[in-house]
Amino acid sequence: MTAAVQTASSTTHKVMGHPLNAWYVAGWDHEVTRKPMARRIANRPLALYRTEDGKAVALADACWHRLAPLSMGKTMGKDGIQCPYHGIVYNSAGRCVSMPAQETINPSATVPSFPVVERHRYVWVWLGDPTRADPDLVPDMHQMDSPEWAGDGETIHADCNYQLVLDNLMDLTHEEFVHSSSIGQEELSESDFVVSHEGNTVTVTRWMHNIDAPPFWLKNMRDKFPGFEGKVDRWQIITFQAPSTICIDVGVAKAGTGAPEGDRSQGVNGFVMNTISPETDRSCHYFWAFMRNYRLDSQLITTQLRDGVHGVFGEDEEMLKAQQQAIDANPDYEFYNLNIDAGGMWVRRLIERMLVAEGRMASAVQAGI
Amino acid sequence: MAATNVEVWQHATVVDVQDVAAGIRRIVLEPALPKTAEPGAHIDLKVRIAGQEDRRSYSIVDSADGGRRLALSVLKAPASRGGSEFMHTLAAGDTLEVTQPLQNFPLRVGAEQYILLAGGIGVTAMINMARVLKAVKADYRMVYAGRSRDAMAYLDRLREEHGDRLQVHVDDEATSLQVGELVAGADMDTELYMCGPIRLMDAVRRAWTERELPVANLRYETFGNSGWYDPEEFVVRIPRLGIEATVGQGRSMLEALEEAGADMMFDCRKGECGLCEVRVLALAGAIDHRDVFYSERQQHAAEKMCCCVSRAVTSGTGAQSDAVPGRGPAVVTIDVS
Repeated sequence: MTAAVQTASSTTHKVMGHPLNAWYVAGWDHEVTRKPMARRIANRPLALYRTEDGKAVALADACWHRLAPLSMGKTMGKDGIQCPYHGIVYNSAGRCVSMPAQETINPSATVPSFPVVERHRYVWVWLGDPTRADPDLVPDMHQMDSPEWAGDGETIHADCNYQLVLDNLMDLTHEEFVHSSSIGQEELSESDFVVSHEGNTVTVTRWMHNIDAPPFWLKNMRDKFPGFEGKVDRWQIITFQAPSTICIDVGVAKAGTGAPEGDRSQGVNGFVMNTISPETDRSCHYFWAFMRNYRLDSQLITTQLRDGVHGVFGEDEEMLKAQQQAIDANPDYEFYNLNIDAGGMWVRRLIERMLVAEGRMASAVQAGI
Repeated sequence: MAATNVEVWQHATVVDVQDVAAGIRRIVLEPALPKTAEPGAHIDLKVRIAGQEDRRSYSIVDSADGGRRLALSVLKAPASRGGSEFMHTLAAGDTLEVTQPLQNFPLRVGAEQYILLAGGIGVTAMINMARVLKAVKADYRMVYAGRSRDAMAYLDRLREEHGDRLQVHVDDEATSLQVGELVAGADMDTELYMCGPIRLMDAVRRAWTERELPVANLRYETFGNSGWYDPEEFVVRIPRLGIEATVGQGRSMLEALEEAGADMMFDCRKGECGLCEVRVLALAGAIDHRDVFYSERQQHAAEKMCCCVSRAVTSGTGAQSDAVPGRGPAVVTIDVS
């Protein structure tokens, strides 16, 4: 009785497994409160709550006794949660501290308590080997809570395998076709891009020189440079951190003012922060935010940008859902790859290596391919 | 931890046996379906005792190469019910039916401070825990108590791995463990994991409660095979069902009652869940409560007992020599659900 094990080979997996030895976002910091909530991350239902001291807790959302969901219960005492069914109480370590109708506590009565780190406005959870849950492995998303950046974001519940979102973000050529009214423009597919990878990161860099700013970026330029007209140099520097975080350095600057060489003073810069937590094999929680480094005090711009990106990502969400449905409706058809997929293919390679290391994917060599 | 306790049975081949202390044999298995054993994990395996199949649990001492090699260590108990004798007959090349690792004694990573307490053969459950705590750079110490040095398995290895974090107490060297001192070294953020004889664990439980330390921070596992008295043959009667059975030294009261035709309810078979509770109507002798289900008050009341692990004994003082000659076996009269 072993779980189906995928093989890492030249096949491009249509349904990608997810590593377990990784930090995934379980929720925004403001979502996790004294009132327990339910969320499934990496196929594991979790009960999330805070202790009296404000520490975030992630327990398996199933009571030891009869598996009733603890998330329907209530927090109790300093750090406990009570099962709503028969009143068994667990502490934040998942140990039973009270059992109904007996004077002792069964020493086996525990529910798994998963390591949690709160960072970058998110509550991160580790579902794999707890001895490897090093907080230093939380992806770098420092723009989320740095005084030099301002912005906000939302969560998309995407009805697709998380890898489809990663594919989407690693190749922004699709903007020309999916987001034609906001950020798309034909120079996207005409311009060259450079892909590199190092350690657990993949970077895709694309510069578009001396172009017209699309509507979204023209608005942003005018927020910083009122009345701006003229050509811009536009950049997209996509950085993936395994297994599912992608931060995209985006912006435009007045054409020819030295942005490609490093002087971005005549432009506007944003970071699209994306981190995707698999929910099931065919759904994921897609946490995003748009952060900017200009007009930091303007809540109006924060709201406008959040709403603008909300609209853009709504277009992606629709496409991803339709893509997943088409994948499932055509189980006998394979994926094929284009040159534009180079970034996404490196992402897949890094994830596959993690899965092989966890023994949850056979390597091509082991599978005798 | 229901999720991790799905029983997957498989064949395993014995690849190595080695004596590692007086009466203690290390047995290395290669399972057909390897799975890494977490600290605190055990396997259940099928043993043959007097021609009959039975089931025993053994802690996994270490798990190498992603669980491809699992090492157990078994003490040949003088008052064994037969399981340990069977285990000591194993030789390289023998095959067994075993489960994948099961987990009822999980180690939590992230506590401020740890004490691992091993009494005698109980060390088998603590070795992997100590190794992991060292690997994650936790603040831990391991306390290992035994009767005599030659009966304490893995002493050298533990000393080498844990240096000053290992504290050894040996009865016949007059360095016996002082439970009060041990527990005095714990505070509100200390988690104590222990495995050993019931007397030791009971003393720690009392001291822990007296110091008002958080009950949930005291972690232990019992396979229900350690008692206050040596096991004796005794008689159990259920007048309502007209049943009288003799419980041999190597059998449990639950097993004897089932064989005598009683329809018994039970689950864990290790004195934790309380489902096998029987009501005691009369008693000639005393009850050796080996469960952790009843409180001290309930055990003293002697009105009920967990028949999966607890026994009746003639002696009232704990010494077998104290049993009155000619008084015959203890007799417990009960009713069942």
